[in-house]
Amino acid sequence: MTASRSLIARAQDSVAARARWHPLEFVFWLVAFGAIWFAPGYHLILTEVAWLGLFALSLDLILGYAGIISLGHAAFFGFGAYVAGLLAKHELVTEPALALIVSGFAAMLLGFATSFLVLRGSDLTRLMVTLGVALVLREMANRFDWLTGGADGLQGVTMQPVLGHFRFDLYAHTAYTYCLVVLFVLFLLARRVVNSPFGLSLLAVKGNPLRASALGISVSTRLVAIYTFAAFYAGVAGALLTQTTAFASLDVLSFDRSADLLLVLIIGGAGYLYGGLIGAVVFKLMQNYLALLTPQYWPFWIGLVLVVLVLVGRDRMTSWTLPIRRLAAKLDWRTTAKAADAAEGH
Amino acid sequence: MLTILFDGIAYGMLLFVLAAGLAVTLGLMNLVNLAHGSFAMAGGYCCVVLVNQLGVPFFAALPLAFLVSAAIGYGFERTLYIHVYRKSHLDQVLFTIGLVFMSVAAVDYVMGSSQVFVQVPDVLQGQFRIFGVGVGRYRLLIIAICGVLTVGLQLILTRTRFGSRLRAAVDDRRVASGLGINVNQIFALTFAFGSGLAGLGGALGAEILGLDPTFPLKYMIYFLIVVTVGGTSSITGPFFASLLLGIGDVAGKYYVPKLGAFVIYTIMLVVLIWRPQGLFSRGSTTK
Amino acid sequence: MTLALETIDLEKRFGGIIATNKVSLRVEKGARHALIGPNGAGKTTVINLLTGMLAPSAGTILLDGENITTLKAHKRALMGMTRTFQINQLFADLSPLETIGLAVSERRGQGLDWLRVVGGKPDLVTEAADILEQFQLTDVMDERTAVLPYGKQRLLEIAVAIAGRPRVLLLDEPAAGVPEDERHEILAAIAALPKDVTVLLIEHDMDLVFSFADRISVLVNGALFVEDTPEAVARDPRVKAVYLGEEAHG
Repeated sequence: MTASRSLIARAQDSVAARARWHPLEFVFWLVAFGAIWFAPGYHLILTEVAWLGLFALSLDLILGYAGIISLGHAAFFGFGAYVAGLLAKHELVTEPALALIVSGFAAMLLGFATSFLVLRGSDLTRLMVTLGVALVLREMANRFDWLTGGADGLQGVTMQPVLGHFRFDLYAHTAYTYCLVVLFVLFLLARRVVNSPFGLSLLAVKGNPLRASALGISVSTRLVAIYTFAAFYAGVAGALLTQTTAFASLDVLSFDRSADLLLVLIIGGAGYLYGGLIGAVVFKLMQNYLALLTPQYWPFWIGLVLVVLVLVGRDRMTSWTLPIRRLAAKLDWRTTAKAADAAEGH
Repeated sequence: MLTILFDGIAYGMLLFVLAAGLAVTLGLMNLVNLAHGSFAMAGGYCCVVLVNQLGVPFFAALPLAFLVSAAIGYGFERTLYIHVYRKSHLDQVLFTIGLVFMSVAAVDYVMGSSQVFVQVPDVLQGQFRIFGVGVGRYRLLIIAICGVLTVGLQLILTRTRFGSRLRAAVDDRRVASGLGINVNQIFALTFAFGSGLAGLGGALGAEILGLDPTFPLKYMIYFLIVVTVGGTSSITGPFFASLLLGIGDVAGKYYVPKLGAFVIYTIMLVVLIWRPQGLFSRGSTTK
Repeated sequence: MTLALETIDLEKRFGGIIATNKVSLRVEKGARHALIGPNGAGKTTVINLLTGMLAPSAGTILLDGENITTLKAHKRALMGMTRTFQINQLFADLSPLETIGLAVSERRGQGLDWLRVVGGKPDLVTEAADILEQFQLTDVMDERTAVLPYGKQRLLEIAVAIAGRPRVLLLDEPAAGVPEDERHEILAAIAALPKDVTVLLIEHDMDLVFSFADRISVLVNGALFVEDTPEAVARDPRVKAVYLGEEAHG
């Protein structure tokens, strides 16, 4: 029995619509890149938004797409940060982009090594294990102060020009461009991965691991793979922080870092890749505004946001993106009516 | 070495009193309450204020710390926690982290960020020498109080009507409710009691653990370790887990000072790899 | 002739309880084999043992003559043994098209492909569309599974198992809970299953069993009680006694 041509065409169109670029995505990146030229005064904060967005993107990969709750994602971020700092300080790899890749791979190895801990057990076990790993790492960084500088942080980091040509400057012009390019490239890669058969299998594992296994999916293998991959991204984000500030301290591994990251991702919404990026923007804006009000007690307001967010309901929160998504579907002249309805249904 | 054992036991029992409430609420209400340490902190600061500033005798301040923390716990449970019971663990984590941040910042604002100490009465300072072993008086008190509490807890759970209702509700909430057990009331009372215990632990522990606004964050992992290693289906599980961790931590810091803090984390990771449901839990029921 | 599926003295104990008691099942290639028995007989336990969700306490499981007793669950699926669940196990947030597409993709070994976009291989989409049409799911193929009516979900449950192009298909009460007006679709789908697929069916609905099966095994208290043709089983007084006895007590 073979399906009719029109049915096959409809099916192919549905499948293609999953990965299609929405017009708003173009707008997002145009604005982001445009800011290089049109908003030079904001480059300092935009740099922070960029690596924070990348960090949140890495959490989205494991939380939004694979359903792994982590309270210690800062472990990979901090590890990447310190590796990048040490590479620069001891002049082991002086070209920043290369050092970035090395730091990412270092974090990736750590991710792989610890991935086996999050395979078994319930959500609570995962929380514990991820928290524990981050704390162990932080304790180690504290102890091995001959290497890391301990509580004082890693001193004496000097950065060479990117690709031998683009010097880091005081106004973060190079830093922002550098971070944005890295973010964009890694975003494209992540987009490819989540729209691949592997990415689809992750959603299956997240939704129903029992059924996934009955389809022939080795749940452990997929989880290890995405956890390792996400660790690379987190490590790169940490390395970007070190490289753009020429400094790394213990707080890159702290619980606060992991907790704040959860908030960043939740603000924007998990599971569609842009949540982390949008959340990073909102979080930084919030942080700036609140820091002006009460510099010392800003965790109070962060806590309040978290509490309110949960009480109001996360899905009701992200429904503020719904009109935007409806608009996106209507604007896209290539979208079939079905896809537009689907966008409304979510 | 016996002193180390003694200190470890004291530390462990203190951890148990602190973490017992968390174990019960997790087992009973499937609630991940990362803010448990905040109630301990509340009890600790309450004791500090009562003893240092209001001149209340130490032994009277302890039960008062219990009551204050229990009251705060009851209030929070009825107004805030009740909304997150049915939400996912992720939501509960976010919610309680939010509460921790708020409590830490609030205490920092009100009480200042430096470490505070309770003016412990003279009778508790110093040591006894028993069979040639130095036995700290304060730690002896901790063991005594916590020992009594543990026994009391076990008796309440196994010998009283409330206890059997509680155990029924932990085992299967819907069935318990169907049997006419007022599950909501049990939740509220249990949460209050657990918070009260935490407060008492905070008051007792201020001297040993150090009390400052970051207390809930510093000790969050310890409580969580007790609960994960010990499991949530009994009281004895967390009890032995606390002892194991207390002795392990004290011994580790003494014998291998460079790596002392890692002992606890290593124990936790090893246990979680080997038996994700905890060392002592009686198998898994519903998640 | 090699048996499509065979167990030799399969046993499962839970503490002191013997859930599966030396079950030796023999399912021939292309058979329509039904496994029936009173409630609590252990039918789903047998399925869980066969698919690898439970590890046996003793005994052997052979798929097409190959020993799969220690093989992991997902590997057995890839070897050609798929199943449906008594209570739907589907992906609530995926659409039927995505679900079937995933099943086909995994069967083809493309599951770890992380660089190509889903749908990059057109014949995969064609195959998925075929299956959707076969199971009358084309009009709902883009909806979230969670919003589908129960009967459609049940059809999807079977479609997913078929998408794996199994050699052996285990159906665990496929018609369970399906409202009257949607049952015929399920029954038609089961009747239309390819002849080269061996089917082991667990069912309570005797009409379905007797119209579908060419061989029936009766499981009582975890042990195989009778195995014979439908006519013989229907006439067997011991089978009646087992069911009637259960009714008298149950």
